[in-house]
Amino acid sequence: MIQALAFYLFAFVVVLSGALTIASRNPVHSVMWLILAFFNAAGLMILVGAEFIAMLLVIVYVGAVAVLFLFVVMMLDIDFTELRAGVARYFGIGLALAVALAAEVMIAIGAWSTGPIQLARRAAPIDDTVPNIQAIGNLLYTRYLFVFEGAGLVLLVAMIGAIVLTHRQRGGVKAQNISRQNARRPQDATRNTSPVVGQGVEL
Amino acid sequence: MISWFESSLGYDWAFFLATIIDILVIALPLMLAVAMIIYADRKIWAAMALRRGPNVVGPFGLLQSFADGLKVFLQETIVPAAANRTLFLLAPIITFTVALIVWAVVPFGVGVVLADINVGLLYVLAASSLGVYGIILSGWASNSKYPFYSALRAAAQMVSYEVAIGFILISVVLWTGSFNLSAIVMAQKSHVWFVNGYILNPLMFPMAVMFFISSLAETQRAPFDLTEAESELVAGYQTEYSSMSFALFWLGEYANVLLMCALNATLFWGGWLPPVDWAPLYYVPGIIWLFAKILFFFFLFSWVKATVPRYRYDQLMRLGWKVFLPVSLFWVFLVSGYLMLTRVGVGS
Repeated sequence: MIQALAFYLFAFVVVLSGALTIASRNPVHSVMWLILAFFNAAGLMILVGAEFIAMLLVIVYVGAVAVLFLFVVMMLDIDFTELRAGVARYFGIGLALAVALAAEVMIAIGAWSTGPIQLARRAAPIDDTVPNIQAIGNLLYTRYLFVFEGAGLVLLVAMIGAIVLTHRQRGGVKAQNISRQNARRPQDATRNTSPVVGQGVEL
Repeated sequence: MISWFESSLGYDWAFFLATIIDILVIALPLMLAVAMIIYADRKIWAAMALRRGPNVVGPFGLLQSFADGLKVFLQETIVPAAANRTLFLLAPIITFTVALIVWAVVPFGVGVVLADINVGLLYVLAASSLGVYGIILSGWASNSKYPFYSALRAAAQMVSYEVAIGFILISVVLWTGSFNLSAIVMAQKSHVWFVNGYILNPLMFPMAVMFFISSLAETQRAPFDLTEAESELVAGYQTEYSSMSFALFWLGEYANVLLMCALNATLFWGGWLPPVDWAPLYYVPGIIWLFAKILFFFFLFSWVKATVPRYRYDQLMRLGWKVFLPVSLFWVFLVSGYLMLTRVGVGS
């Protein structure tokens, strides 16, 4: 009963906040709706028993990706009327893309649900006793080890690429030299003098 | 309690009611604890500065926090005209809520925990990564320069230190073999010799120290309180806030500090276990040991606040990215290497 209620609540809020992400005028509000959508998607995953994925969704998407989104969006100075102007012009393309995407998702789900994996799984249901962190780990580090490592390599390349693309050497910057600052001792920096009246201190 | 309610209701609703009562049992004492801990913080801080601290309201000034709360409650809530009203009012609520929800997985004794979930530690990480939203939103929604700068600082700081905290937590998880906080506490029982907790473990002790420092940064306490550096940013992201919306930030901040103290105690210092594994000590309820440890860490927090000068922002970032991140990464490597060496094939 409560599960059904929770499902409908989460599902309704996901759809609603997804729609409002696109519809809201203020980009910061858009990001907030997106975060709400992530949240409720995580709630749905908990309902189907994938608590590990749900937590990862919140940690990675809400905790890191959306924060960076919000960062960028907050800094932008966007003219909303200008942003709205293109809607009618790009409506056709957008609609075509949406239809293509929806069709692809349907075909993929159709193919998957009649494919050997899904059919085999119906014969042998998921083992509830193994926590899904362990279940995922068992698969990821044995059967899909090379794919997993490959994904890691791709991410590493992307990370290095991002650094290479954005890194630049700027001349004439007074950077802090922390080790020199830490190595500075009081006796090097200060000195006690007792100047005679009228003479001052020799520097 | 579920079974008691179940006699008159179905299981679903019995569970629902029992959970709500459990939440209140945790949240209400927590609020009281926050009020008293603010008083304690001021007293400790005053004592270290050779002052007397709050001593007027009630005996020894004990009612100071309640007087402050009442005062703030009676003030007018001012929303700046140019502020984004909804988000402006939402931000302190987010901060406060996030500070409360993590307590759901903190174990207070054997089986005394609201949600004994097997992804407990991930839940802690997920919820604490939400804390940054309250601050970013308050900075942006205030539509004012100082709060905005403060929000940017806070976001960068929390994201940076979360990375190091993640690696520290991984080494705890490696040692325990579970994400469940109760299991993490139990794994520390007579860990080295007969001492409970990871204190005497030479591989884990540096991580405990790093976690303590990271938790200072994560809660934006001194010496990492650049988000509210009053010499530069007035009151940081709280500048435009008044009345209850300000009080919620205030309460949320201290609830977060208490939570970090509880996590320090739970992850590295044996949680609700007594300090040493000696039978008579187990007659003292676990919750008292946990409270003692939380208070000990809170004293450390206040001590640091009273004595350590504020970091410069580049030093803060350097500590997070160039010191903590590589060291904790190396330590994960070290810990997992040691565990591979000593318990290959043991457990799962």
